[in-house]
Amino acid sequence: MNPPTQWPPRPATIEEMMLQALAMEREAVARYSELADIMETHNNREVAELFQRMAGYEQHHVDHILEDMHWPRNIVTPRYGGIWTAPDGPEAVPLEDMHYLMLPWHALQLALAAEQRAHDFFDGLAREAASDAIRKAALEMRAEEAEHVELVRAWLAKVPQPDSDWAADPDPPRHTD
Amino acid sequence: MNEVAAPVETAAFAAADYKSGYKPVWCPGCGDYGVLGGLTRALAILQLPPHQVAVVSGIGCSSRIPAYTSCYGFHGVHGRALAAGTGLKVARPDLTVIVAGGDGDGYSIGGNHFLHACRRNVDLTYIVMDNHVYGMTKGQASPTTEPDWNSKLTPGGTGVRSFHPLVIALAAGANFVARAFSGDSGGAAEIIAQAIRHPGFSFVEVLSPCVTFRPEQKDWKQAVRRTEIPATADPAQAARRIMTDDGFNIGVLYAGDRPVYGRTHGTGIAPAELEGEFAL
Ligand SMILES: Cc1ncc(C[n+]2csc(CCOP(=O)(O)OP(=O)(O)O)c2C)c(N)n1
Ligand code: SF4
Repeated sequence: MNPPTQWPPRPATIEEMMLQALAMEREAVARYSELADIMETHNNREVAELFQRMAGYEQHHVDHILEDMHWPRNIVTPRYGGIWTAPDGPEAVPLEDMHYLMLPWHALQLALAAEQRAHDFFDGLAREAASDAIRKAALEMRAEEAEHVELVRAWLAKVPQPDSDWAADPDPPRHTD
Repeated sequence: MNEVAAPVETAAFAAADYKSGYKPVWCPGCGDYGVLGGLTRALAILQLPPHQVAVVSGIGCSSRIPAYTSCYGFHGVHGRALAAGTGLKVARPDLTVIVAGGDGDGYSIGGNHFLHACRRNVDLTYIVMDNHVYGMTKGQASPTTEPDWNSKLTPGGTGVRSFHPLVIALAAGANFVARAFSGDSGGAAEIIAQAIRHPGFSFVEVLSPCVTFRPEQKDWKQAVRRTEIPATADPAQAARRIMTDDGFNIGVLYAGDRPVYGRTHGTGIAPAELEGEFAL
């Protein structure tokens, strides 16, 4: 999909930059929680728990930003167009990538890609920064995302790779005969 | 970082406040999750108190949506969502009425209601979650299914020309015509918010993939594009635009100023008096 016309965003102040960061982290919490609910509904408990844990990590980021900036929980963040190129934010796993039989390995691949996009988002903000103070703040956020990338990588190394028939279902939902 | 907090904008309602505690049972990957996200964000943009909004639907996977919101909801009869929604809006003009459902519900069994709802131009918003298939009943062709879509139920395709909802809505009298995409729920939210704000019958067609019966629709993500052209109030220009696009332009395509239907008289009749009219 083509990016919004306002791209690229260039926050003029630290507050503006942190509002963008907060918007992205909130999207990530909401999306991981939604994915956890979806997997729970479809009785895929292992992946549901994994997404719930990811939501928890992202919630830490949200809390951290709010505390640091002395902002109230119901602060309004900038909407959509001016912020990012990917729909729903760089750190949100796309909803359409879900599969009811997916394994932790698949879920972690999606999380890894999302964390990498978040890292690149802050990297872009640091490069575009209008002042040294903004650059410094963006680099701090980038470092936190880099930690997440490593955390997910380490987790991924511990889970087995799926067999080739992981999506095989003897009673598939689309059986129409 | 900051020692003294600068004044900031706060909101009474966040998108999450418009979600009910019920977890959707849609298939993982279904586009309808994105539509629910778009709708709840739109309500947060408008800061409408949930009890002042009613979400009315028919039957289908998509028509489950009222239960997943914290607004008033009515999960009605297949194809009759617009009839119920129109009645509600006329009786309770103070409510924001949103009617939602699928392409089967809205264009097959509900097709005639769709035409007349556009024509009446009552102030409500109609969201169709279009996946070009009947999802709930396991994959039958719908009016928007491509004529050559091959499936076990329609071997070789139906061979029947597909329905063009946007141009039909425009011709029938809708006052606002837009297309959105479920994979871009932030963008869908902006469009739905504009639709709710716009007076009269606002029609938003949301491309919402059915990953179970139409897995190839995952490719819509690559096909859709945001339209760069602003909405027109000229129906002839809008018709040309809609007729010549490939179905993947996302945005507001028509925002008109056609007269909106309202209760102009007869508000004072008592129910007993009305019932008397029907006495045998
Ligand atoms: C009067 C009546 N006729 C037929 C049905 C069976 N039926 C249930 S949902 C549906 C079609 C749903 O398709 P759509 O509106 O496109 O929604 P989706 O499930 O794809 O979201 C049909 C034909 C019914 N419930 N009631
Ligand atoms: S069958 Fe299709 S429309 Fe219904 S919930 Fe599943 S993916 Fe969505």
